[in-house]
Amino acid sequence: MSTIKVRYFAWLRERTGTAEEAIELPDNVNTPAALMEWLKQRDEAYAYAFEETDAIRTAIDHEHVEHDHPLTGAREIAFFPPMTGG
Amino acid sequence: MTAPITPKVIVQAENFDVSLEERELREGRLDVGAVLSFTGICRDEGGLLEALELEHYPGMAEAELTRIAVEACKRWPLTGLTVIHRFGKIKSGENIVLVVAASAHRRAAFNAADFLMDFLKTRAPFWKKEHFKQDGEGSWVAAKEKDDEDAARWN
Repeated sequence: MSTIKVRYFAWLRERTGTAEEAIELPDNVNTPAALMEWLKQRDEAYAYAFEETDAIRTAIDHEHVEHDHPLTGAREIAFFPPMTGG
Repeated sequence: MTAPITPKVIVQAENFDVSLEERELREGRLDVGAVLSFTGICRDEGGLLEALELEHYPGMAEAELTRIAVEACKRWPLTGLTVIHRFGKIKSGENIVLVVAASAHRRAAFNAADFLMDFLKTRAPFWKKEHFKQDGEGSWVAAKEKDDEDAARWN
């Protein structure tokens, strides 16, 4: 079991009501996809935020990753909508 | 071929000075034949929009902009490259983003700035929320498919 810092941005931050939190990762939660499924089970707010996981992007330690990327050694994971800067 | 230059990347709440940034890339040198600057500005959407709220991911925003800028410096022979992206509340008419590319010949500067904006739009962690004059806080701006298509041109 390891602890990971989880950050949420834009409408994911608003829907979860959380900007960041520390989460003790259960052993079977080893990818962003698995973490999103686990978060959905927490409560209605998280279930709503992670309703459409296809629309959500993720980054590990400040780098974009796919949903099936291993969480091994990750200190920080972020979930956010497609970017709209510029 | 000479080694790629190190780009200047800044993420800040404050406005930037376009002419100052342009000058910095040409002052005191005679090898620069082209300076190209792109400024992204907050539109008022036909008088409806009061401001945009730019949320960003501190740390990753700088890291991702640097990765894109370094890639541009590898692809084109630039003599200088500056990228400044603002965050926070930006009123209509105000600056959002600046890219200044300098090179010996114009094509490299045009291409590098174009590439940078395409990748910045789809990969740099910034999100825009609209604030309207009438109804106050609006919704998050949706990502455009066209932006992904534009970024795919460079593959």
